[in-house]
Amino acid sequence: MTKKGILLLSLVACMFTLPMAMNAQCKQFAKNTCKADLDPYQHDGNYHAALLIEGEEAELYKTFYSDRNYRIGVCGANNLSAIEFKVIDTRNGKVLYDNSLKDFEWKWDFTLESSQQLKIMVKVPVPDGNVDEPEEGCVAIMFGSLDD
Amino acid sequence: MNRNLVLSGRLFLLIFVFLGFILTGCNQSGKRTEGEGSGDFEASGALDQETQEQLNIAKRVFYSLPSPLETAMLIKNAGAEYNEDLLNPTENTSQYITSKSKALNLGIYSTDLSYASLFDQTQATLDYIAAAKEMADGLNILDAINEETIQHLEDNINNRDVIIDIISETLMNSSSFLKENGLEATASVILVGGWIEGLYLATSLVGTAELEGNKLVERIVDQKLSLDIMVKLLEQSPEDEDAKTVLADVQALKVIFDQITIEQGEVTVVEDPETNVTTLKSESSIKITRDVFKALKSKVEEIRSSYIS
Repeated sequence: MTKKGILLLSLVACMFTLPMAMNAQCKQFAKNTCKADLDPYQHDGNYHAALLIEGEEAELYKTFYSDRNYRIGVCGANNLSAIEFKVIDTRNGKVLYDNSLKDFEWKWDFTLESSQQLKIMVKVPVPDGNVDEPEEGCVAIMFGSLDD
Repeated sequence: MNRNLVLSGRLFLLIFVFLGFILTGCNQSGKRTEGEGSGDFEASGALDQETQEQLNIAKRVFYSLPSPLETAMLIKNAGAEYNEDLLNPTENTSQYITSKSKALNLGIYSTDLSYASLFDQTQATLDYIAAAKEMADGLNILDAINEETIQHLEDNINNRDVIIDIISETLMNSSSFLKENGLEATASVILVGGWIEGLYLATSLVGTAELEGNKLVERIVDQKLSLDIMVKLLEQSPEDEDAKTVLADVQALKVIFDQITIEQGEVTVVEDPETNVTTLKSESSIKITRDVFKALKSKVEEIRSSYIS
């Protein structure tokens, strides 16, 4: 096989294996960083993580139950700026929490008097100035709950 | 001849590269949906126009259902008791041959496992993790529950916190494996199986008790709030036959849930600066008649029976 052929095959092999390796890293990141920091709240076992690039947004819908104590954790890989997130009442779009007003705190602890369906909006901020090649990294959204 | 070989080699490489791109796009968690940027966030730095346009048309959307562990926690915290007779017998595992039945019963056994462990039922916990492992292995979910997990659980069988953590970890392992391998539909079917089992346990445990002021009934009614999430989650896999049939079951339940009324007031946000815990204050009321509850219980039994038999 020619050098060119070997190079092409290597490139193709990378295309197959790199995304898988990055996703596996994403799981490890979610588990070792985000899940671990939910303590003392008990993680519910759900996995919501993805590779996002700077400027990209994601949203998650979930029902939260009355009289339970919750922690929402939104974690981003080190190569990304602090992740922005907002918690919104799906019935009327009212913003219930905005971490940009709390120094981009990664977690929010709350309890509810009535069960509610909420939307969590997440954005990977773009650093100030022009960005030619935006960074990509893992972002995980995790939930923990605590008994009274 | 040589020229033909070179050409077919290049064609092969091109196809290979094309498939690589497709696979790269497929194994990402969370589905992308079309739509403009939310407008909920202030603009910060600037991306080039092409990148920004691509981001505007593709936003990742996740729908989160209660996990089997959360479902079992809700049942226990509502004051329910333990009744082993309600669980899906572990002897049934050999009946589940199709991927759909394995996925549904992985969810069902995971809920049973969580329920048993929350009530410190050590033998049932060991039996149900073995049943869940059999289902996960049958679905080729690599290492979601391995021998090390079982040993770890056996070593800590009297430590509920560790057991719950192990269950949470196995659920996350299954979910992440499936999502990273483009099998979101299977992950959704597992969750629906676990959710139906939770509804079956809860409606059975209510029995003939008074509905009004009953915490367990409130938790059952609360599931109405997750129905549209469940429908949207399953609709994300329109080409998957298993997801389609499970969606039909969820739609049949929705018809009954639509007869239940939940009234909710405006949410007021109250922060406690000392504990850093926020309370979302609001008033709500529910209305469910005995007939509607009976219809719901009966439909849940019918669906669950079709899943475990």
